[in-house]
Formats: sequence, structure tokens, C-alpha cells
Amino acid sequence: MYSFQPSEEQQMLVDAIKRYAMDDLRAAARDADEEGTLPPKLIEKGWELGYLQASIPEAYTGFGERSAVSGVLAAEEMAYGDLSGALAVMTPGLFSTPILLAGTEEQKAEFIPPVIEMEWKPFTAALMEHRVDFDVNELKTIAEADGDSYLITGEKTYVPFAEGAEAFMVYASLEGVTQGFIVPGDAKGLEVGERQKLLGLNALPLYTLKLDGVRVPKANRLGGDEGHDLAPIMAASNVALAAMAIGVSRAALDYSIEYAKDRDVFGVKVAQKQAIAFFIAEMGTEIEAIRLLVWEAAWMIDQGMDEAYKQAYLAISGAVDTAMMVTDRAVQILGGHGYIREHPVEMWMRNGRGFATFSGLAIV
Amino acid sequence: MIEFTTPKPIQQIQTVVETVAINMMRPVSREMDENEHAIPWDFINFMHTAISSMGGTNMAPEEKKDEKPDAGADKKKRPPLGYQRIGAMVEMLSWGDAGMYLCIPGGMLGSAAVAASGTPEQKKRFLSRFMGDKPVFDAMAMTEPQAGSDTSAIRATAILDKDTNEWVLNGEKIFVTAGQKALEESDGFCVVWASIDPEAGRAGMRSFVVEAGTPGCKVTKQEHKLGIRVSDTVSIHFQDCRLPYENILGSPTVEKTTKGFKGAMATFDATRPIIAAQAVGIARATVELVKEVLEEQGIEIRYGLPRQKMTSIERDVIDMEVMVRAAWLLTIKALWMADNKIHNPKEASMSKVYAGDIVVRVTQKAVELLGPLGYSRELLLEKWFRDAKITDLYEGTGQINRLVVARNMLGYRGSQLR
Repeated sequence: MYSFQPSEEQQMLVDAIKRYAMDDLRAAARDADEEGTLPPKLIEKGWELGYLQASIPEAYTGFGERSAVSGVLAAEEMAYGDLSGALAVMTPGLFSTPILLAGTEEQKAEFIPPVIEMEWKPFTAALMEHRVDFDVNELKTIAEADGDSYLITGEKTYVPFAEGAEAFMVYASLEGVTQGFIVPGDAKGLEVGERQKLLGLNALPLYTLKLDGVRVPKANRLGGDEGHDLAPIMAASNVALAAMAIGVSRAALDYSIEYAKDRDVFGVKVAQKQAIAFFIAEMGTEIEAIRLLVWEAAWMIDQGMDEAYKQAYLAISGAVDTAMMVTDRAVQILGGHGYIREHPVEMWMRNGRGFATFSGLAIV
Repeated sequence: MIEFTTPKPIQQIQTVVETVAINMMRPVSREMDENEHAIPWDFINFMHTAISSMGGTNMAPEEKKDEKPDAGADKKKRPPLGYQRIGAMVEMLSWGDAGMYLCIPGGMLGSAAVAASGTPEQKKRFLSRFMGDKPVFDAMAMTEPQAGSDTSAIRATAILDKDTNEWVLNGEKIFVTAGQKALEESDGFCVVWASIDPEAGRAGMRSFVVEAGTPGCKVTKQEHKLGIRVSDTVSIHFQDCRLPYENILGSPTVEKTTKGFKGAMATFDATRPIIAAQAVGIARATVELVKEVLEEQGIEIRYGLPRQKMTSIERDVIDMEVMVRAAWLLTIKALWMADNKIHNPKEASMSKVYAGDIVVRVTQKAVELLGPLGYSRELLLEKWFRDAKITDLYEGTGQINRLVVARNMLGYRGSQLR
């Protein structure tokens, strides 16, 4: 059957996140963006909503099970508040969810509980590299077998909360195949570089990370001796980012609707002009269309369907364009005011452009 | 629960219809396009037999089952699928040939109007004719030379002759799909929009059933079109055309409100996603053909690459796939809402805005991508490019549907957003 109604449980989750997203994330977003930092209390409050904890089975000290559908609903709502804040709250999942998806039993038992047991802690991941032709399947960070361990060398970028991180999921090329490696924060040869300055995501601390022959025991290769497929992890990331792109787009749409219905022009409201009304109709239609594509991809992931990987890629492809189109138009609808940093739409436009770039920055 | 499993009964009908599309539509698609105004009787007769053997299910949503007051308890277990089923069929038939789909006998738009606002007697009287030995068609006449999207500008009148208790219909209708087959080639009918009180504006607007052979009703012109050429599009002239009193759909008295008109507009909540389904069918056929031809040429589409590493053709094809799938999901959601009686004018119009847009973009891009092959009449691609455009025009142009979406999103009435 087709059905487009979230379950009651999912709706409760979405409602709780929505309150946090609006009352806390959104309220703090502008200052956080200007100051380049998120108050730890703000992150902790989001963490306590327990979305990640609820996606992990009891065996690993969680209290639920993973559902990509619930994940995309949560991620969208969180990003509706503020993208930087949402990514910060979700950062520990970058470390624990790949272990849940592809780790061995031992890895799950050892590495997941410390992530979710207590308060939010900087568990994170290092995937991206600073190159124009960056491709998750062709990493330049190399892992080489050396006795009973691997030596990892290379340079990573866009690593959230690298400074003071408890542990990293580092992705490196092992004989040409991208594999994850669990690396403690204090590993030798690991050097956190400068805080990165980007077009958007100003509030989210992102760093470069140098790995100079970092020694990782073989037991810490994600999935053990046989390693793992990257595809399920990328699919989980693609749907998460796609959902967040929809969240940002919805934020921009709702804000511009409110503005357009309030602002007078030539004796009517701006929204009463077809040029603007049609913009809004197209923004809403695009969001609804791609949102369904994201939901379907997440549902396919939960069903364990092979086509889920391709569908998740289609979802992020669509969402990248939706986010840019919608956030750009939101600025346009506000006219000159859209360009002023008093309104959030310019920030959403800067954040919106990033979805084509943010490989692996979120995961559900 | 959010769920995307195609229901079993829909999967089954899709398989059946796909066979029809491959064997009965595609092989004659080009020939019928080249011979505009020829009627595809072989296909029509085949479809009529096939539909009859399947229990006479026609394209209008089945009302009969839902109307039974004693619908048993097991009925509750099964979610309603009527509109979703039609949408899935129309998508697949249009994947076969969007014009020939319009030539399928049985109830279409006219019947949808009868089903939506007719009395039980009217439904029985007008809809039972599709079950006979011969194929029968219906049609819907709304547009006039000076009244397209602005239906309030309709000038046709149906004035009650109190002496004979008949409606006297006068006026001219254009762009009537299948009007010739409904009125001249079969014992069908046409649902005609006219005013019972020209002073009353929209409040006076009603629809009437005009049966084939009614004196004073004449098909006057067949249009020559950009696409869907196999489907006849006609003008109909009504001159003192007398209709029995019982042929009016809805209330025969004029109230102060435009409730009747709005009720009629509600028909669009079901028909617009069905047009969207037609668009999706054409678009899906197009993407499949493009991928097939590219594969023959040894051009691989790699999924999973970052944007900066994709070839232009990969980007185009993947964009097409995104659009086609998203359009289908919007469509099926709008139909699912209709089946579950959830108010859906916004979603219905969204599906049509999006599907009408993307089918045009997809087919235009496809002709470009395949170079000389794309532009050639050797393949069906150039035909689909021509067929596609109709879905952005009829049942409300893309712009009218944008207005509907915008009004719903903004909470504006028609008077606030014109």
C-alpha cells in the first residue's frame, strides 16, 4: 500500500524536534552564525531529545532500532530550525551509525555505548578531502596493512568537532576501496589543523585533519577483516542530507510566505502579485516532490532493497537543486531585505548551496 | 506508517496494461500519428472486448461498490484504491501512447462528472451504456472560443422551457476531446457546461448531459494539433438543442452561492492528478528510451558521482530520473488522498504543475540529447515531445494550477489572488 502519514510515534518525535528546532536552534542561529560557535547547552538540549539513542538497540545501551524513515523525518525537522545546529547535534551519529550499519559485533559492543551513554560528546568522522575532484570512492588518504595494523596517511577536511574529539571514523582507501577505520582522538600521528572558514555553516566547527602514518589495529577496521560496503553508509548519508536540504528549503519557504503576506506593494500584498505567488507555488511544489523522493529512498533503505542506494542518490541529487532554487527565491522574494543579515534567508541561501558539497556530513 | 509498496491489485493491472501498451499501442503509434483523424478501430474494439471481459471496468472511478450501504466488514480491511488504480493505468497507457489512451472507450471525463455530481438514477441511465456490445465514448465540453481557463466567461446558455420542461441549449464549445467518437461514432454522451441564468454569473453555471443524436447538437470542426493527433478534438455547435429536464447535473435552481460551481471544480481534484499520471507515463517512456539508446552507443550513466565529476549527459539523465520519480510520487499521493477522502486541491494541482513541467523538460532534453536520432521521426521521441505539451495545457494550464497551489499555500481566495 501507499501511505504518506507518519506513525504516531514518528509524529511525536517530529513534534518534539520541531519545538526544539524553533525555540532553541532557530532562536540561536543568527548569533551562532555570526560568532562562529554553538553554545554547548544548546547542543546538549537537542541531544537529550534522544533521536540517536532511540535508533540504537538495547544490546548497545540504546532504546530502539534504526529506521531511516524516522531518521529523515527527524533530520528534516531539525534542519528546519538551523542547519549548523542540527549537524552539530547529529555529529556523534557520524561515528556510531556506520558502526551500527557495518561494524562487527565486537565493534558495536565496544564503540557504540560510549557515544550514547551520557551527554553529547564529540565523536565524529573524517571523510572529505580538499580537492576539486573529491570523490568518496577515490580517496587520496591511504591505508596500508602493516603487520597486525593499518597505517593511515593523508589529509581530511570538513571534520566537525575534530578539536578535542573522542574518536573519529576515518575513511581511507585500502587497495583502492574506501573503508572506515575507528581512530581514537589521541592516536599518534593525528593532527587537527585549522578551523575552516566556509560560505556557510559558520556556527559548525569544522577542521582539517592530518594523518601521518596513524597506526590503527586491524580490529578497528570497520567490519573487521572483511571490511564493509560503503554504499549503505553513503545511502544513509544521502537521505539524511537530502532531508536536511528539504528542512532548510521549508524554512526559507515559510519565511518568505510570511514576509510576502505582510509586505505592501502597489496597494496589495507582495504575495498577491502573480510573479511572487507563482514563485511560492513552484517552491512548495518542488519541496513536496523531492520530499516524497527522500521518504521513498529512506523507506527502501528500511526495506533492505538494493535499489535503495540509487534512490538515495537520486534523492540527494534532487534535494541539492531544490535547496538552491528555494533559498535563492526566498532571498528574491524579500528583495533588498533578503540580502540584509537581519533576516535569515541569506544564511539559508549560503547553507543551501552546500548540499552538493557536504558528503557524509550527516547520517541517519 | 509511511509506505511506498505498490498495492498488489495495482501491480497486477500494471502488468496487464503494459502488455497492451507494448502489443497494441506502440506498434501503431507512428502510423496513427501520421494519419491524423483516422480512428484506431482495431485498438478500440480490442480494448472494448478486453474491458468488457474484465467485468466492464471503465476509466471512471467505480462508484458502485462504495455506494453499497451494506458493504461488509471485510471491505474495511482493504484501503480504497479506485483513483490510484486509474492513475496507475493511465500512466502505463500513456507510456504506450498518450493519444491512443484518450481513444479508449468507456467512461472518461464526462463520466467522472456524472459520477461526481449525478443522482443514482442519472448514473444508472448514463453510465450503463458502456457495458454494451459496441464501444461507447463520452466527452466533456467546457472551453468556448472566448472562455478557456476563465470558465466564468462561458456564454453557452441552457434556459428552461417551462411549457415542455426541457432545457434549451445554445452556444459553441471547442477543444472537446473525443467529441466526435462520443457524439457521432457511438451512442455516447457529452457533458456540456452552460449557464441556466446568465445574470447569476458563476452561480448559474451547470453541467448537462447531451446524448448522441440529440437534435440541435452538431460536431462542426476537427482540430489539427501539435500532438496526440490520434485523439479527436472537436468543436460542437448547439442550436436550440432541447434536453430532457433530468439531464441537468446538480441542482436546477440558482442559489446566491457558487456552491454548485465549486462542487464542479472539485472534479478537478481527481482529474488533475490523472493528467499528471499521463505526463509521468510519457516522461518515463522517454527516459527509458534515452537510456536504451545511450547504452547501445556504449555511453554509461554512472550513479553516485559528485556533481563536479559528472559528464553533462550523466547529469541530464539523472536529473530526468529524479523528476520522473518525484512526479509519480506527487501524483500517487494526490490520488491516495482522493481515495481516502482527504481534501486535496493543493496536492492535485501540485502534481499537475510538476508533472506537466517535467514531461515538457524531459522530452525536450531527450530530443536534444539524441542528436539527429532524437529529431527524426524514425523514433517515437519527437512524437512524445509533441504529445507531452498537452499535459501542461488541458485540465487547467500550468499557470492556472500554479494559482490554485498558491492560493492554497497562501490562504487566499480567488478574489485576493487573481
